[in-house]
Amino acid sequence: MTYEDHIPVNVITGFLGSGKTTLLQRLLDDPGMADTAVLINEFGEIGLDHHLLQRVDEQTVLLKSGCLCCTIRGDLSDAMRDLYGRRERGEIPRFRRLVIETTGLADPAPIIYTLMAEDVIRHHFRLGNVITTVDAVNGRAQLRRHGESLKQAAMADRLVITKTDLASERKTASLRAKLKALNPSAPLLEAATDPISAEALLTRDVYDPKSKSAEVARWIDAEAFAAPGGHAHDVNRHGDGISAFCLTFDEPLDWTAFGVWLTMLLQCHGQDVLRVKGLLNVLGADAPVAVHGVQHIVHPPVHLDAWPDADRRSRLVFIVQGLNPEDIEASLLAFNGLANSVAA
Amino acid sequence: MCGLCGVLSPREHWTDGGQAGEGPNGRSVAETRRRERANQVRLANKVLAHYGLTLADWQGSSFVLSNRTGASEIIGHFGALWPSAARMAKRPCDPLDAALIAGLESAP
Repeated sequence: MTYEDHIPVNVITGFLGSGKTTLLQRLLDDPGMADTAVLINEFGEIGLDHHLLQRVDEQTVLLKSGCLCCTIRGDLSDAMRDLYGRRERGEIPRFRRLVIETTGLADPAPIIYTLMAEDVIRHHFRLGNVITTVDAVNGRAQLRRHGESLKQAAMADRLVITKTDLASERKTASLRAKLKALNPSAPLLEAATDPISAEALLTRDVYDPKSKSAEVARWIDAEAFAAPGGHAHDVNRHGDGISAFCLTFDEPLDWTAFGVWLTMLLQCHGQDVLRVKGLLNVLGADAPVAVHGVQHIVHPPVHLDAWPDADRRSRLVFIVQGLNPEDIEASLLAFNGLANSVAA
Repeated sequence: MCGLCGVLSPREHWTDGGQAGEGPNGRSVAETRRRERANQVRLANKVLAHYGLTLADWQGSSFVLSNRTGASEIIGHFGALWPSAARMAKRPCDPLDAALIAGLESAP
């Protein structure tokens, strides 16, 4: 069984009261969500009618020497193992997708880490994507005041603005601008007006053979990072120290050098690398390789069949806190140059 | 244990998956991995020299990290290298360190 065949897991997160359960309820009505199991932290006031609904209590287990983002969520791991065991024993239908709704204060990183690191789970499940809801009325203030909210938005693969009917157009526009600057490559939907479907939000991801090329193309969408001139496009330096930028490299990158470099970078600065994703022109390879990670966690690289466009440069998108794009670029170039000197 | 580590349960690391398997050059997957591993050691040593450390392959399954006083540590997995290196060097192994970058740029 390849990684692509593992059961995809979608994480729906968002700050307290941002409409996660309402969004989930709408998604579960979609016929595309048949055969989906749901794990939920809190049963809200809105009833969810689903035959595979289970509650998990949030407990995190901090591993020895571990940092905060590298924790196994014990509750989540138990619930997922239990769910998978019941599926295999035929006690519940053979669900083909799992959706996890987090608490409003949850940091998504330990959930992602649990999927990647827990020995049983990582053989049966894989991360699909992270969907973050942001409330149009209170979203900006929450992003400003609460680190959890900021991380939830920065780590998202899809952003959904909710409650736009309760907010002024100016407020919604201001939130859109903030989210676009924070996470330029995540598609931004409005729950009140945009179609909320399983396809739009959940099923297209980088490990899905049908959609992986389009997903990667979206990551490196030049327009999202457009800035006149320059090699590294730093679209925004926020007051919170977070910046999103795209680095491009004209020369092919040596895979070994890249691996040594990124492993070292994330070991030292993983807590400040909220997202890294990109498309690499690997020396000696005909087709590109997509890489993506969250903090200290790097997902298995994805080999694409072909380049999404005529641009053959390597492009790496970062969302970081307090790190300088020029330093990151200079460092990767130095490591890559080292590969040439080693090979020589 | 951190996200990039796997000492207690050695397993494939994400860096193992970037090279295609058997290619037009006729190399087997095993051969590609052996070469990749040898490259990892050669390249990591260029960086580790900055910290007075050396890395060696150990039977194709682990690595041995050593310092100049002869202390050594078995590294079960490439992802576990940098935490151990920082511990042995008694300082962070920071790829953004300007002195390291300058040193790498002037490496022979």
